[in-house]
Amino acid sequence: MSSEPAAFDIDLAIRRGERLIEAAFVAQAGATVLVGRSGVGKTSVLMGIAGLVPLERGHVRVAGRDLTDVAPERRRAGVVFQEPRLFPHLRVAANLHYGMKAGAPWDATIAMLGIGHLLDRWPRTLSGGEARRVAIGRALLSDPAFLLLDEPLSSLDPERREEVMQAIEAIRDELRLPILMVTHDAEEAARIGTAIVRL
Amino acid sequence: MILTPAEWEVVRLSLLVGGTACLAALPVAWGLAWLLARRRFPGKVLLDGIVHLPLVVPPVVTGWMLLLFFGADGWGGRALALFGTSVLFRWTGAAIAAGIMALPLMVRAMRLSIEAVDRRLEEAARTLGAGRLRVFATITLPLSLPGILAGTVLGFARSIGEFGATITFVSNVPGETGTLPLAIYAALQQPGGEAVVARLAGISIAISLAALIVSELLARRMGRGLHVL
Repeated sequence: MSSEPAAFDIDLAIRRGERLIEAAFVAQAGATVLVGRSGVGKTSVLMGIAGLVPLERGHVRVAGRDLTDVAPERRRAGVVFQEPRLFPHLRVAANLHYGMKAGAPWDATIAMLGIGHLLDRWPRTLSGGEARRVAIGRALLSDPAFLLLDEPLSSLDPERREEVMQAIEAIRDELRLPILMVTHDAEEAARIGTAIVRL
Repeated sequence: MILTPAEWEVVRLSLLVGGTACLAALPVAWGLAWLLARRRFPGKVLLDGIVHLPLVVPPVVTGWMLLLFFGADGWGGRALALFGTSVLFRWTGAAIAAGIMALPLMVRAMRLSIEAVDRRLEEAARTLGAGRLRVFATITLPLSLPGILAGTVLGFARSIGEFGATITFVSNVPGETGTLPLAIYAALQQPGGEAVVARLAGISIAISLAALIVSELLARRMGRGLHVL
């Protein structure tokens, strides 16, 4: 076995009102799928890893970096939220540029996601699948060290789902970014996941 | 409409006082709106109440308190005396009175617009590498801008109409503190002043209506297309 640090070394507790959401797991490179019944706190765990909700205790280590006390903007987490969260006052191209780092593979990313024809559009004119792909593109172009995907395939029609699924597989296999993905769909989990963590 | 030079002077003075009042109140109103919309702190309810006081207290009381504060024995008056100046019986005093009376309306409009900014967009921006300042400048500010402008215009309209606090605080000095409402009131007191009253009232209504329409158009823009889903 190689001595590479684990892709995800997570042990955290997050307070949500009365509840304490706890998660502890170690995952190797590839796509780790986080499953569990709805309401168990999968999204909270993802937000905790992104640094968007405070931890009650614990640590977040990704690819050997301890991110526990790092500000969200310095974690280099490529987050794709459940809802696309595109900036409504910026066109698609400006959304994609928002977090873009110099030398980011613009052309390849646009081509992989098939969003070249959307660049001049306003977010409110996009379909659910288009907005999702733009959101994935925006996260990828910010030069992330890892990806956090929260139900990236939900509420998509079968065709779009297939497209987005292929895009995620390409990210996993070609870009080789560690991925942590929340889903409640067993088929998605089996196809994309290289490891499964049950909450 | 044909106005006499003296009436034009009233209009000019009103625009000067109203414009100065709402521009000076803008940063204060914005800061208060931000605090009330985004922060939790002890005494928040009290601050909210104090900000809204000018809306419900008789304007003459607000004017009287300004007189106490900026009078020869007040803190404000003494501080200004150090610079050899005063705001009593000056247009600057009229602007202060108008600004304070407009503040609650401005804070309300701005607070709503700041509250309407989806925090989830700010979170998304942070995960894309934007620090707090950049998030503010590129997400929060542009998304709340229509409401901020609407609040400012509304404050301007309110400032133009200010009467009670102004006349109590800085009196009616023609050419210095004699804004539209004060000049109309003075004309009403004089026999044969009806024509002057009618002309100035017409101007007053026109300015206020224009400001309200602009404010409404800006507020509507805020509601359009600024949602995440």
